[in-house]
Amino acid sequence: MSYLLQQAINALQLGSVYALIALGYSMVYGVLRLINFAHGDIFMVGAFLGFFAAAVMKWPFVVTLLFSMVATAALGVTIERVAYRPLRAAPRVSAVITALGVGLFLEHFTLATVGAQPRQIPRMIPLRFYPLPGDIGFSSTQAVIFGIAIVLMLALDLFVNHTLTGTAMRAISWDMRHLPLMGVPVNRIIALTFAIGSGLAAAGGILVGLAYPIIDPYMGILVGWKAFVAAVVGGIGSVRGAMIGGYILAATEVFVAAFLPSTYRDFVAFSLLLLLLVFRPTGLLGRAWAQKV
Amino acid sequence: MGTEGLNTIRRLGPWVAAAVLLAFLQFVLPLLPVNAYHVQVLMYVGINIMLTASLNLVNGYMGEFSVGHAGFMAVGAYVSAVVMLWWVPRSLWGALFPVALLAGGVGASLVGLLVAVPSFRTRGDYLAIVTLALNMIVKSAIENIEAVGGPRGLPGIGRLTTPAWVYFWVLATLGVLRHFIYSRFGRGVAAIREDEVAAEILGINTRQVKMQAFLLAAFFAGVAGGLYAHLIQFINPRSFDIIKSTEILVMVYLGGVASLAGSVVGAATYTVLLEALRFLGLWRWVLAPLLLVLLMILRPRGILGYREFRPFIPARERAIQARALVAHAGAGGRGAPVASPASAAGAPSQGSQSAEVEG
Repeated sequence: MSYLLQQAINALQLGSVYALIALGYSMVYGVLRLINFAHGDIFMVGAFLGFFAAAVMKWPFVVTLLFSMVATAALGVTIERVAYRPLRAAPRVSAVITALGVGLFLEHFTLATVGAQPRQIPRMIPLRFYPLPGDIGFSSTQAVIFGIAIVLMLALDLFVNHTLTGTAMRAISWDMRHLPLMGVPVNRIIALTFAIGSGLAAAGGILVGLAYPIIDPYMGILVGWKAFVAAVVGGIGSVRGAMIGGYILAATEVFVAAFLPSTYRDFVAFSLLLLLLVFRPTGLLGRAWAQKV
Repeated sequence: MGTEGLNTIRRLGPWVAAAVLLAFLQFVLPLLPVNAYHVQVLMYVGINIMLTASLNLVNGYMGEFSVGHAGFMAVGAYVSAVVMLWWVPRSLWGALFPVALLAGGVGASLVGLLVAVPSFRTRGDYLAIVTLALNMIVKSAIENIEAVGGPRGLPGIGRLTTPAWVYFWVLATLGVLRHFIYSRFGRGVAAIREDEVAAEILGINTRQVKMQAFLLAAFFAGVAGGLYAHLIQFINPRSFDIIKSTEILVMVYLGGVASLAGSVVGAATYTVLLEALRFLGLWRWVLAPLLLVLLMILRPRGILGYREFRPFIPARERAIQARALVAHAGAGGRGAPVASPASAAGAPSQGSQSAEVEG
């Protein structure tokens, strides 16, 4: 029993990271209908900027986090401006392929500039262990990861659902064509969406750096795909769905790894995903887009 | 008499030329002092053409978004390699190579069925997830099968892939796909791309069409995997991961969707470009994606999207389109013109369907 609970705490840690990255996927998908395949690599860049801030500049944790989030948000906005905006009227797949290209570029540019050897982010938070009743406990790292993730997600949820800008964001996902008629600055809102999504991915990158300090230029690929899966499980385009999906995916992975040889982790997680999609084709909180007839 | 002879030549000419080239590749090329590296690159191009053209059937012609093509390739590679290594004595390797390739293709098709079924209910981006998951599942499953080496890979495969075999299979892929695309089946595929609900109402059995398209695409990906395995002589699960699938996607959209010519051009351009940039070392991987992004911004439909070269359109189809053109001109030519054969499939919402109506 205590083993189960301990695994649940581990799942919360991993799920927080997946959820933060899945949010970026989901938000961008919501406004542009674009699967931003570069998102995992934006997360990777965020982690490397964190490494730069913490290991080279020796900045404290909070400064590192803020620096990485702001810089990565700027990167996200730049990518949108340079690579995606010219394609807004083009067939949707061209933008998807562009996103794949941007992702490959980020990976290999990082590889070419910082090298292939994995880097280690220095420990930014003193490691402490807090025991809980019943033979379990959590570490200071886990507490920080979970705490930051929850704060960011709550803030985002409030922002999207209770501010005018958030309303505009949701309106874009509803009908982008007629929105300028209502005086909504569509381009600015979309740029903001990319900024927020990328910033959250960078936060995810820093938090991953806390929990699993080894980072390398290819780390974004698998995590990115998994975050995409999480976004889909929750219903892509839905902010709350992305959070739930992140935690579900992490829980599946952690518990499979706990009871089966860990090599079965991806196999079982993705098989479950297939089953889910057969029964709920639009994810848990997703809505079906209107079919034209 | 003279025209009849000319017609016979026209009909049989391509076949004879293909056979001569095949014989040349099989028997004469090995005797020539050609650069082995160039031959190898050429074989890569051929295998990539098969992968690209088969994925184009699903992504381009049918308008679904399948992203896990390397999964089918993996199944084909492993099945064909295992058939040869476990059940065929070494002395019969050369003779039974085609059988092993077919087995690989059939194996991949069976796995393709697993994707086809969820595709009845999910579409577009959700199908992307299904195929992605399948790619991961295949890779993960192979990693857990100790008998084929698990994550370490499967060594000792014979080098049986020759330029002649690659050439033969590329022709077979393009030929079969061309035949299907311009058949009743292909009209159904295009109708699904345009509007699945309307296609259903028109009486197209969309389930059956999707099933066939996935089977066909997976089959050729499987054969391509078999050729790849017997060219590289060593396969491991990591050769068939998402990165490989991404590469195939890039080739499809680089060349252009819904175009066999585009598949050939895309696969050849991408493969040769990456080889040509080899001198840049790591930086070629920085430059190549930039070129891709630039190309997408300048030509969002890819190099040859929705366009076809003449040899990739059957004569029967050209006649149909010519007649449609005349009919339009006769009717005042105000409707959407199905212009030249060059724009065979036309803009996505006109060409192929109006050709069907007129035909």
